[in-house]
Amino acid sequence: MVKKNIIEKIWDMHKVSQMEGHPAIVAIDCTLIHEVTSAPAFECLKERRLAVYDRKYTVATIDHSIPTRVDRINIKDAAAKKQIALLRKNVEDFGIRFFDYDSGYQGIVHVIGPELGLTQPGMTLVCGDSHTATHGAFGAFAFGIGTSVLSHVLATGCLLMHKPKVMRVHFEGMPGQEVYSKDVILKLISILGINGASGYVIEYTGEFVRRLSMEKRMTLCNMSIECGAIAGLISPDETTFDYIKNKPFAPSHTDWQAAVKHWQSIASDENCPYDKSIVVNIENLKPMITWGTNPAQAIEIDQCIPQPEALSETEKHMAEMALNYIQLNPGSKIEGVSIDWAFVGSCTNGRIEDLREVAAILKDNRVHPSVTMYIVPGSEQVRQLAEREGLDEIFKKAGADFRMPGCSLCIAMNEDKIPLNQRCISTTNRNFVGRQGSGSYTHLASPATVATSAIFGKITSPEYFHKEGQ
Amino acid sequence: MKTIKSISGTAIPLALDNVDTDMIIPATYLTSTEATGYGKHVFQRLKDQDSNFVFNQSVFKGANILISQHSFGCGSSREHAVWALLEAGIEAVIAISFADIFKNNSAQNGLVLITLPEEQIFSMLSFAKKTEYHLTIDVCEKTLTSSQGEHIEFSLDPFYQYCLVNGLGHLDYLLNHQEAISHFKQTQQNRAYIRMPEK
Repeated sequence: MVKKNIIEKIWDMHKVSQMEGHPAIVAIDCTLIHEVTSAPAFECLKERRLAVYDRKYTVATIDHSIPTRVDRINIKDAAAKKQIALLRKNVEDFGIRFFDYDSGYQGIVHVIGPELGLTQPGMTLVCGDSHTATHGAFGAFAFGIGTSVLSHVLATGCLLMHKPKVMRVHFEGMPGQEVYSKDVILKLISILGINGASGYVIEYTGEFVRRLSMEKRMTLCNMSIECGAIAGLISPDETTFDYIKNKPFAPSHTDWQAAVKHWQSIASDENCPYDKSIVVNIENLKPMITWGTNPAQAIEIDQCIPQPEALSETEKHMAEMALNYIQLNPGSKIEGVSIDWAFVGSCTNGRIEDLREVAAILKDNRVHPSVTMYIVPGSEQVRQLAEREGLDEIFKKAGADFRMPGCSLCIAMNEDKIPLNQRCISTTNRNFVGRQGSGSYTHLASPATVATSAIFGKITSPEYFHKEGQ
Repeated sequence: MKTIKSISGTAIPLALDNVDTDMIIPATYLTSTEATGYGKHVFQRLKDQDSNFVFNQSVFKGANILISQHSFGCGSSREHAVWALLEAGIEAVIAISFADIFKNNSAQNGLVLITLPEEQIFSMLSFAKKTEYHLTIDVCEKTLTSSQGEHIEFSLDPFYQYCLVNGLGHLDYLLNHQEAISHFKQTQQNRAYIRMPEK
């Protein structure tokens, strides 16, 4: 039997046809939609009098441009208000399932897909958002597309694509204390660089990956795009199946055995070939944090900010620009840098486990008086669960602002913005110039590092805090 | 889609690596529901920060070919970045490498992307910084000629080239295969496991 990796299996199962020299027509199983990148796609269908081909497997919600205030129904930004009204009209006109504020399931697309049990192993899933790779945690081939390609998928249930190459990233060893999958993915991106996995789909393997919970796997896959990968995924196992079981869209009781059998069959075969394989040693890895203006500019928290002269010619110029923008000195320690804001949330780290970790640190502590802390749950379900567990009370007592679900300060398209020249430590995925607000500075880190730093008012390792607390 | 066989015009040197789509069009402009209106905000943050930024320089007014470095178009999947560049008059981008989603979005809108080796790009960037650097891109012949007397051959994905030259959109291509798609979808096995409860 020919041994195949998971992507080859999914590819073969979804390739409708392919003419010589052309890209393949690839069947898409599930499409997720949000307000920001969908309007012209629906407009295209209207103009051409086309229906949505796979209505049943198309799901929409609102997340990017909505306020996270309690009275979020009242959208003050006229353009955002119009954008949301138009999505409501489009889902109505095209008969698409829509999770609005009052549905109980609204949230960031990449948080609600898995929560609903919609994301399943072996499927192809797309969304007009680059962090669609999040769903790869389930062994789904999930990737971001633009608005035009979204119109193709809506109209035909398919898209055109060349077969991607597959890179295996094998993690060896186990990281140190208070080190999470967020730190591990930042480490990988810092090794590969912004485009190191360009043209590839990554499969993550190793004991470290196998031991991760589904939520931690989602964080890992989520940031695959930050090293240029088309997608990132993990072969499904018992952890995957346990998570999906009993979710609203999960297979019915009668289908369960057959579904699991199918899912098991799509996992990569042992000793299967890959186009490229790398091994990343994470033994004793420390918590990671970014010092610059792209996610590859990351170091372990006890290291010093690199001297641009020590970097390669290409990296040097980018490092100088980044340090000039972010107002930090080369060679200085990253730990101890004062912060003004702390943000917990996003499709990277806005799930219940993230909130629990933050609550465990904030409990019986206070957010530093000079720090504003926003905690934004990834979805309605996450918010409700956090409230049932009393996490909201811990956040309030600590002086953090626990808000309504949405993308919030990850993209800063709504009212949530970091002001000019203020520094934020953030659980999000991009530290690009101005990403969290014009002239703001972003440091990416894990929820534990963000929570610890919020208490001290400066960048602080979560290990340090735990030592002190003991 | 319109047919694109050749492009000529002046080049703008954007000597940067990792030009991300947040840089090309900041998220604050994405609340629009249209595919137009982004051109005036192209590279808005860089324009605001630096009066010498190439898009602020009058010598590059009307220039239509952008030259940049590694992983142009990385980051967010926003097609608005391609729309913004096209609306600002950019018809082609020449770089060392491009991000995958950006590449795909460009193909859908007829923004021509050409990949050239690093040494070539650096030499072109230095010409474009010094003089009015005029380029002619022949999409059919896959050649590029410059006012400096250069004659450069480049490669293009054959299907991408075919779509540009013939103005073929991917949606039309897919709709032409609708019968095969319907047959495939009806017989597809794995989707049976997704249970879609009634609304």
